[in-house]
Order: sequence, then structure tokens, then C-alpha cells
Amino acid sequence: MKSFEYTAKDKLGLHARPAGLLVKKAATYESKISLTKAEKTADAKRLFGIMSLAIKQGETMIFTIVGPDEESACEQLLKFCEVNF
Amino acid sequence: MKRFNGIGASKGVAIGRLQFLGKKQMRVQMRLVEDVSAELERLRLARQQANETLMKLHAKALKEVGEADSMIFEIHQMMLQDLDYVETIQGYITNNKYCAEYAVQLAGEQFAQMFSSLDDEYMKERSADIIDISNRLVGLLTGRLQDDLSGYEREIVIAAEDLLPSETIQMDKSKVLAFVTSAGSKISHSAILARTMGIPAVVGVGSQLQELLSDGDKVIVDGFSGLLIADPDEKTVEEYSAKRQEYLAHLEKLKKLKGTESKTKDGIKIEINANIGNPADVDLVLENDGQGIGLFRSEFLYLESDDFPTEQAQFEAYRTVLQRMKGKRVIIRTLDLGADKTAPYFNMPREDNPAMGYRAIRICLDRKDIFKTQLRALYRASVYGKLAIMFPMITQVEEIREIKNMIEEIKLALDANGTPYADRIELGVMVETPAAALASDLLAKEVDFFSIGTNDLTQYTLAVDRMNGKIGHLYDPHNISVLRLIKLTARNAQENGIWCGICGESAADVSLTEIFLTMGVTEFSVAPAAILEMREKIQSISLSEIREEILTRL
Repeated sequence: MKSFEYTAKDKLGLHARPAGLLVKKAATYESKISLTKAEKTADAKRLFGIMSLAIKQGETMIFTIVGPDEESACEQLLKFCEVNF
Repeated sequence: MKRFNGIGASKGVAIGRLQFLGKKQMRVQMRLVEDVSAELERLRLARQQANETLMKLHAKALKEVGEADSMIFEIHQMMLQDLDYVETIQGYITNNKYCAEYAVQLAGEQFAQMFSSLDDEYMKERSADIIDISNRLVGLLTGRLQDDLSGYEREIVIAAEDLLPSETIQMDKSKVLAFVTSAGSKISHSAILARTMGIPAVVGVGSQLQELLSDGDKVIVDGFSGLLIADPDEKTVEEYSAKRQEYLAHLEKLKKLKGTESKTKDGIKIEINANIGNPADVDLVLENDGQGIGLFRSEFLYLESDDFPTEQAQFEAYRTVLQRMKGKRVIIRTLDLGADKTAPYFNMPREDNPAMGYRAIRICLDRKDIFKTQLRALYRASVYGKLAIMFPMITQVEEIREIKNMIEEIKLALDANGTPYADRIELGVMVETPAAALASDLLAKEVDFFSIGTNDLTQYTLAVDRMNGKIGHLYDPHNISVLRLIKLTARNAQENGIWCGICGESAADVSLTEIFLTMGVTEFSVAPAAILEMREKIQSISLSEIREEILTRL
């Protein structure tokens, strides 16, 4: 299992478009990827689930990645977050 | 036959069938099915079809309005792929044996409800997107929605409460005969769009539009009188067909003026330009032989986006318009948000008196980051044509000086990067407050031109809120006080050797043209569809004959 924390920098937080891009990105990995904010957790491969976390600018989320490609997924997802939101 | 009275917001007559637009949900009845796998297949096909349409819409919007505004279609595509959404629909089909359209409707309502209960303004609004994609699927499943780009199979009259800029992108404009709205005024977005497209519009019909009429009803739209006639009898159809033909013949006659000069009988050359709100409107400007663009409202970039448009996105939109106008002057008005125009991401606090509040140049001089991004994009684009820039809601000369200082800084930064920009970019003040008109002698020394925005100038001079229907009769652009301010502004422009134009609604009011020419106005910027009519008017005037008489009246 790998995990990392990320704080949203975008003015609108993790809004629809980056959430959609994140889903596309997450879908390219075999690992199970989940996203947790406070006590709520969503599957990173499910758009509405991520959006329902309503992550705002300045809020922190935790990515948890479990599976065969968790190493590379973890590393690349962090980079993806930095570029997209 | 039923008659409805509204406001004639754009000239012309149309006869056609109504099509309601908007977030009104399509309702379907529950129906149970036997063959679950056939129903799942119907769902799969509808999703595939919807996805293809959204891809086309995305590509169309990219071309017409740029990246920022086309994002909505990409988001809809992503939503259509969402596993929770799809699995919920499939669940209703498999477990409850519901027909696909009813399953979509239930799932759509469920997710829309979930989003609207979220404690986040932005996410709350996404429930409208879910209703939108669900409607698209239901429409495809029931055959109510044809799968062409626009969703319309024939020419139609669009009916809505009011039209949002993002909704109008979806339209295949060649199929829209007219607009009818229950809300709105002569200066609402739908009215301006109709005038830009040159199609008739009746606005402010009231809620009876939705209550008494529905999709497919035959209607006559009289954009001259503001009359909407539903279910007309044969005699009425004949009467209006004749009226329509007559108007079309008039337009045909105007077409002959293409390529001729906008010059009075006594040889005074006038410039007739176009007002546009979108890069796609350039087609209409060229079609109507506009000499240039006198007002390009840059708000579309901000209003149709869900975040501040980037410098690059703006640069591309400005460049497109400049290139397509091939060296003809394009006057771009900097961001004019506030009052009735705002975007959710702006987080604009509610104001008791927005018309006199935080808007336009006041926002730009407060949020300099936003303004600098726009100015940089404009300067970078300036090498692709003949750019001029004007600033809205100016009330004092210090504001213009501050803007010019910012521009100097931007030029230095561009120089340092070796980024090219045009040697000469005309800067102008949009004169739309009495304060600017009264200080026009001072302002004239700072800029290259004035463009008078008569809509706001009338509102502020007469202290009449132009959105307040109750005092609508007091909103009079012909009022002597308004005309005197225009006269003063034009005179101060002349005395300081700069030019003065008019870009508000009054510019196209041919009953004022003689007066404006007498005052020394040399440029008119009007809706593209009004260009040739203005040219006809100008060519009919002999200024020397009427000048004296008009001067005594003012």
C-alpha cells in the first residue's frame, strides 16, 4: 500500500474538469485507488464519487493506492495533481 | 388562436414551431420491460450516441469560442462515463425491469439531488449538468431528440425563460428562426444575440409562455410589435407571411448596399462598425460588410468559463478575431463584469445596488492580476491585426492614468521577453457615466477615442434602473439631458483632435442619426444585422441642410 497527501491549489478546488481527468488517469492503473477527505472516502475511478467530496481550495486529501502498480501510480498521480489542481 | 404581448427585441417576422430550451426536465412514464438485455443494449447505444454528439459539440465550440468555453461539453462526456451513474441506471433496468428512459430519469434525479445537497456552491450547480446529460439520454431513448449537432431536425422557434450564453453555443444557428422568452428585456443576452444573428425576437412574454404553450406548437413571432401568436388561423398566417416577405425584400434591397461607402449626400464619411460578443460573430460582420468591429465584448470569455480564462486562451480568442478581420480595426472592451453579469467563480458579494457597485474597471483596478492577464493577452495578440482597446465605466481621469501606467509596465515586460506587440494601439474611454461625459475635456487628452455607451449613460443620467420594468417608461435615450451629455462629449473629442463614436443601442436608432452626426459623431457600432440599414440611413442624409435646425433644438 502506498499513500500521499495533497492539498488543492486551484481556486475552485478539485472541480469537475480536473476530477474527470483524474478519473481517466486513475483508470489507467490496475491498483485500487481511493481518495479520502475528512471521514469520507471515494473511489478515484468514479467521477461523481470524487466530486461529492467537494474538495475546496486549501483542503487536503489523502490518496491510498493498493495493487500491483502502486509504486508507479503513486509517483505519477502526485505529479498529475500538481499539474492539474 | 392565442395572442401574447411581449417586447419586440429584434426585428423581423418568423412563422414556425416552438421548441423549449433549458433545464426543464423531460418527463417519462414508468414502463416495465421483459427483455432486460435488449434494454441494456438500448442504453448502451444511447450513451454512445450522446457521447458522439458531445464530442462534435466540443469540437464545434472549440473552433467557435475557444477552449475555456467548450469545457462544459468535455465535462458532460466525462459524466456520461461515470461508473456510479451508469451502474445505477443499469441496476434499475436489471433489478426493477424499468425501461431505459425511466431508469435514466430516476438515476438523474437521484444524482442531481445528491449534488444539490452538497455544501459547496460550485458542486450544487453541477446538478444542472446531471439533469442536462440525463435529458440528453432520455431524449435519445424516446426519439424526441434527433442526433444532429443541435438536436433539432427542422427550423424552429426557440422558447426559453431566458437564454444563457453557454446554451446558445449548442444551437445550430442556421436552424433557429426566432427567439421567444418569458423573461428578459431589450438588452438581455437573448435580445442582443437575436439582433446579432439578425433573427426576430420577442422577450418578456411572461410565465404564460411555459404555462400555455409546449414543444411543437405553431407560432408567429412579430419582432416589430412584440406580438406572439400561437395556433394562428389561416388568414393570420397569410397576413404575416406577407409581412415577412415584405421585410425580406427590404433586407434584399439593403444587400445591394454592400461594397458601397457609408457617406452622406454631402460627402461626410462615416464609419459603421459592428458590436459582437463572440469570435463566431465575425462571420456575421463580414457577411454584412462591417467596416470593422466597434465593440467586442470580452465578457464571453469569463461568463462561459468555470474559472478565470488563462492568458493563452484569451490571446487565442483575440488573435482569431484580429486575423479574421484582416487589418480592419477591432475595438475590444476590457472585462465588463458586475451588475447583471457575473460568473460563479468570481465569488462576487451580493450588492444592494450593483449598477453603482463593484463592476467593470473598478474590479480590474482592484484585482490587477485579472486585468494584467487580459492586457497582456491583448498586447500579445495586437500583432495579428489592427487592435484598439477601450475601458468601461470610467468616472475619472485618474483611472485612465493608472491603466496607462499598467500598460507601460506590461510593455516593458513584453520587451524584456522579446515578445512583439503592435507599435500603435489606440486606447479609448467608453463614455457611459455622466462623470466621464462631464470630464470628457480632460479624458480626451489621455486617449485616442471615445465610444459612447448609451445604455448605461441613459440609466445613470436619468437615475433609471434599466432592469426595473416599473419605471421602464422613464428610460428614454432621446431625453434631452442624455443628448446634451453626448453633445458635450463629441465636442470635447473634436476640440482635442480625437474621434468619437457611439456603441450603445442608440447607435442603431435611425431617428437619432441626424442628431448624432450634427454633434460630430463619426463612428457607429451596431449589431451586425443593422449595419446595412445604418448605411442606407447615412446615405440618405444631407447634413448641411439639417444642421442648423437641429442645433437650435439642442
